[in-house]
Amino acid sequence: MMTEYDLLFAILFQLAQLLLVVLLAPLLTGWVNQCQAWLQNRSGAGVLQPYRVLRKLFHKDAVIAHNASWLFRVTPYIVFGCMWLAAAIIPIIAVDLPFSQAADVIALVGVFALARVFISLAAMDIGTAFGSLGARREMLVSFLAEPALLMVLFTASMISHSTQLPRIVDTLAHHQFILYPSLAFAALAFVIVLLAENARIPVDNPSTHLELTMIHEAMILEYSARHLALIEWASSLKLFAYISIGIALFVPHGIAEVGNWAGLPLAIVLLLLKLMLAGAGLAVLETVMAKMRIFRAPEFLGTAFLLAVLGLLIHFLLGA
Amino acid sequence: MPIKHPNLKLTRLTDAVPAWTGDITPEYLFEICQQVRDGGGRLVALWGSDVRQQGGGFLLHITLMNESGLVCLNVPLPAEHPNYPDISRIFPAANRMQRAAYDLLGLYAHEGHDHRKWLRHGAWHGGSFPLRKDFDAAASLTHEPEDYPFVQVEGQGVHEIPVGPVHAGIIEPGHFRFSIIGERVLRLEQHLGYVHKGIEKRFESMSVQQGAKLAARVSGDSTVAYAWAYAMAAECIAKVTPSSRALWMRALLLERERVANHLGDLGYLGNDVALSFGFAQFWILKEQVLRNNAALFGHRYLMDKIVPGGVTTSLDVEGKHIIEQECDMLDEQVRILRNIYDEHAGVQDRFIGTGRVEPKLAAQLGLCGMAGRASAQAWDARVQFACAPYDKLDVKMATYRNGDVAARVIVRFDELFESLRLQREIMVNLVHDNEAPALLEKLPANGFGIGLVEGWRGEVMVAIHTGAQGNLTRVHPHDPSWQNWPLLEHAVIDNIVPDFPLINKSFNLSYSGQDL
Repeated sequence: MMTEYDLLFAILFQLAQLLLVVLLAPLLTGWVNQCQAWLQNRSGAGVLQPYRVLRKLFHKDAVIAHNASWLFRVTPYIVFGCMWLAAAIIPIIAVDLPFSQAADVIALVGVFALARVFISLAAMDIGTAFGSLGARREMLVSFLAEPALLMVLFTASMISHSTQLPRIVDTLAHHQFILYPSLAFAALAFVIVLLAENARIPVDNPSTHLELTMIHEAMILEYSARHLALIEWASSLKLFAYISIGIALFVPHGIAEVGNWAGLPLAIVLLLLKLMLAGAGLAVLETVMAKMRIFRAPEFLGTAFLLAVLGLLIHFLLGA
Repeated sequence: MPIKHPNLKLTRLTDAVPAWTGDITPEYLFEICQQVRDGGGRLVALWGSDVRQQGGGFLLHITLMNESGLVCLNVPLPAEHPNYPDISRIFPAANRMQRAAYDLLGLYAHEGHDHRKWLRHGAWHGGSFPLRKDFDAAASLTHEPEDYPFVQVEGQGVHEIPVGPVHAGIIEPGHFRFSIIGERVLRLEQHLGYVHKGIEKRFESMSVQQGAKLAARVSGDSTVAYAWAYAMAAECIAKVTPSSRALWMRALLLERERVANHLGDLGYLGNDVALSFGFAQFWILKEQVLRNNAALFGHRYLMDKIVPGGVTTSLDVEGKHIIEQECDMLDEQVRILRNIYDEHAGVQDRFIGTGRVEPKLAAQLGLCGMAGRASAQAWDARVQFACAPYDKLDVKMATYRNGDVAARVIVRFDELFESLRLQREIMVNLVHDNEAPALLEKLPANGFGIGLVEGWRGEVMVAIHTGAQGNLTRVHPHDPSWQNWPLLEHAVIDNIVPDFPLINKSFNLSYSGQDL
């Protein structure tokens, strides 16, 4: 039974997580970039570089195309809001945060989809060739990635008999330590979806300057200053959210239990460690892989869907 | 004698490469071009000059090449209507050169079908021609609005993507108009000429040594090739031969330029398929070569080391030792990196079959240089027309016949290793001394000379015409990009849009080199 004292704490911690994710997300991006630099024999710009970029962008004057409509202007705020919300409702340090009660996995996928719809519409709003090109490719990638993501989440839902993220995490992290073969397949599928949805190599290249090969970057080519800053920040938050989902589903161990506020410091330390490891792993993946031809992306994401369905099947067959 | 024709009398130039020159009237031009083409020959360059002050009209110059050597034809044209027969029906590569000859000098290829402007972008009036001696710059400059009639592709679902001239990365400016359906490219049309600097006009007021400096700056990545070609042309007019030490030195610099550029391109090709690891590794190696260049020769890109008459640099025993060490290091490192590229499934999937130029098409359109050799066009000036010291080096030509991005990568790797071998051989023959070079200060009057050097991209040609006082009346540097740009339009057909940057980089052509 939750006491008033607990509720107050919960609200405080929810606020803390909101702040934590929004401040920590650029650091994660910086960490991934720095790891890549090290792996490529470069010295790199340092883990704080994304913050410097954000500061620079917020200090600039925005340039907006003459024919841009309100859609183009509001999209950065909507995308940023969506990603912030997504990153804030995933239970990463404690399971009983107030927002988490609203965190249904289907709703979460919906939040991501909402951001995508707006950014694609905004890309087409100003009518440049690159914007439409990027939006078209984004849709090609995401309509394949989304079902795979849902399948991954459903596998976890089947095990915990709930689509509520806190329930899923609670079941997986605390009740008994079992290796679920179904989750192993789901984890593989999830990594593929993470790469595709976050515009990473081998599906997209976040650092490219080649406008004809871009997917995500092509959509945001016309954004500048604060709008671009918000979108960049939202991209960091999205990566953070995805890695958080990965941690919540596959390695939630160490997360603070309901009412166990004393476990929080350890939970935070463990979370940071997991994020560092995941970021380094992402950097390794991106360094050893080349970008694939865009028409290979459906095969790649088809594999993710197949793996996720296999996970589901294994759960049915073995009950694990 | 490379061409036999009753109306053409050729005289041999005392040149480092086998070259002939002769006058021909416009009515026989087509016939002679056809004869060279039928014999497997190619068009190297086409340019014009204004000789009205010497009592003539205009001259059209065409350099052709067959297995015996270069032939430079001079076609006298009247001052009033300088028209000549269109030769792009024989050599398709002539199309853009003819259009440029009109934009710059007003020489008109009648019978032709394509008379759109090429290098003129509304910076000067359509009726004024910058390379004419009576050109008045002040009265001709303008800001006409840009209108260029691109070829329209029609049909359901076809749309256009205009790209450039301003790009997201730091590359040269050029406009690409894609007509696509979905991601498939139906047609690509290039519109270049955004970097016109008036270099050819500038030569007219320069001395022979100042001209060497300018020639070395036509295309920064090929500065050695241009400087050598210019020096070769000047030495051809003056009928002098540089010391053998100077020639060995030039070959060393040229091979170093080739190594540096191939290293850079191999890195870029990795970068374009998002294998940043390859990019970083190859550029570390390139940087090492450039730093050694700076330490040994005083310039990272080796500018102004080759001058008419000789070279302005030397290499002592210690320097040789550094280069030998560098060659060993590159040999080892590049072999490792080549293995990584070869065995990386993702990289090979992007490279193989992308941007194919069939050997037949390459021959038809005149693809040359490194890209040509990747499409089975076995032309290499170091082999066919080996000037000293290449006549003593026995260069092994790298060819491949697939004509795709992978083939251009293979040819680059092979040429890189061959250049390392050549550098070692050159060093054996290179003697060290500090003799001052016998610089050419003055050229004989009314001379004509031509220089041809196999740069890393392909054959670089420089032609020099001197006037009554031995001054430079017309200098025409010709970049192999002239021939190869149109092939890029063909290479990209039926590929997908996101593969274009990779295909483009595999050719790595110069925007500036063909727009002086």
